[in-house]
Amino acid sequence: MGVALAMVFFVAPVDADQGISQKIFYFHVPIALTSYICFGTGAWKGLRLLWTGAERYDLESYTAIHQGTIFGALTLITGSIWAKASWDRWWVWSEDQLVLFLVLFLFYCAYFMLRFSIEPGPRRERISAVYALFGAALIPVSALAIRLSQRFIHPVVFTRHGPGMTHTQFAAFCVCWVAIAVLAYVMYRIELVGKRSDAQLQDLREAVAT
Amino acid sequence: MSSGEKYTAAAYAVVFLTLLVWVVIIAAKLARLEREKAELQERLRDTTPKPDSDDG
Amino acid sequence: MSGYALDVAALVRKDLRLELRAREVVPAMAVFVIATLVVFHFALPHGSGRDAAYGLLWVALVFTALLGLGRSWVPEREGRTLDGLVLAPCDRSAIWLGKSIATLAFLALAQLVALPAFALFFEPLTGQAIAGVVLADIGICAVGALVSAMAAAGRTRDLVLPLVFLPLAIPLIVGGIGSSIATHAGSYLLFLVLYDLLFSILSWASFEYVITE
Repeated sequence: MGVALAMVFFVAPVDADQGISQKIFYFHVPIALTSYICFGTGAWKGLRLLWTGAERYDLESYTAIHQGTIFGALTLITGSIWAKASWDRWWVWSEDQLVLFLVLFLFYCAYFMLRFSIEPGPRRERISAVYALFGAALIPVSALAIRLSQRFIHPVVFTRHGPGMTHTQFAAFCVCWVAIAVLAYVMYRIELVGKRSDAQLQDLREAVAT
Repeated sequence: MSSGEKYTAAAYAVVFLTLLVWVVIIAAKLARLEREKAELQERLRDTTPKPDSDDG
Repeated sequence: MSGYALDVAALVRKDLRLELRAREVVPAMAVFVIATLVVFHFALPHGSGRDAAYGLLWVALVFTALLGLGRSWVPEREGRTLDGLVLAPCDRSAIWLGKSIATLAFLALAQLVALPAFALFFEPLTGQAIAGVVLADIGICAVGALVSAMAAAGRTRDLVLPLVFLPLAIPLIVGGIGSSIATHAGSYLLFLVLYDLLFSILSWASFEYVITE
């Protein structure tokens, strides 16, 4: 069932992309934006967890951050390929977005390590939630920091090609973004169902064993 | 194929492959859940007629 | 409010007294930072200039702070006094504030050694660089006290702490280096103040959730 559902949404973004000048941009930027949304959702669910103490927000927050990290890794890879295509270098430190994603990627990798090093229980839920909140605060602060750092690390600024977007390009971009967002949402739901069933099975097994 | 096209294709391939890997992982997970559920069902069916179960 | 301040003062006094008796953390940090600076002298190619030297100073400072933070909850854990502290009739955020101030004191002591040594070995220090160090210290200790409490809850605490702390410290390093080498340091110092305020408030508000079982 999960596979079929995923396949349906697989097709959607591909369709929307046809007939448009093939650019990584249409995938790279929506994935990056969606990744922010995922991290934001994770933080929001974390806040809800701290607020209400309802256990279900823990898995929701975790799943959202899981999604965000997958999309973040994709952003890094596609961005790196884009940099290679445009500037003939695999990595450019002058690209704010990419550097920010590297920082975030490291931060959220540490999230998983922290999470798995703590025994499951209410304390782990709360620590994960606080961590997710810190992530949401770190995104704008890091963005600002990286922008500031460009001034002393890189006096020369690369110019990106393909400056302004035409209307059709913008429309295509929006369609792509919607498609990716829907894809992310579906992935999020599927992951969530999977993780919930996993937890429920665990409970059941304990109930049967006793 | 020009090098620009090659890189673009590579980028799309990476995204597609990632999604594919994700689907495979989820499918494997679903299969595992299914199996565990069946196992539990089996065990429950065994234990209901006679109260003493075989193993823990 | 004065009760809160008294609680914090008592907690800080406790940490300082422990350190005064054991003399573990501060000497280790001081020796470590000097050793790092000496290593950097050999790692740095000859005549690579003051910007590179300042960069290395910041690397040394951050790793020294990490060394101190790794030890920051060890007395509580070894003496099993954390549960007692949590149950004590004081606001939980006072524990965080006390720990941050104590860590800040350790860090400041280590830097009282490190900064003159840097000035001696490499470059004379400017006022704006020292202001940057002070502001970054506040941020390091505010975030670090919370993050090390998080890491201490897990099994692999010594491994996780640097992983969690370094990405959080990147904005501080940017602000610190900017304020050290830029000609107009104002915006970097302002950025550091912003970071300190934002993350102090966040840590202060969320510490209770991290520490309670």
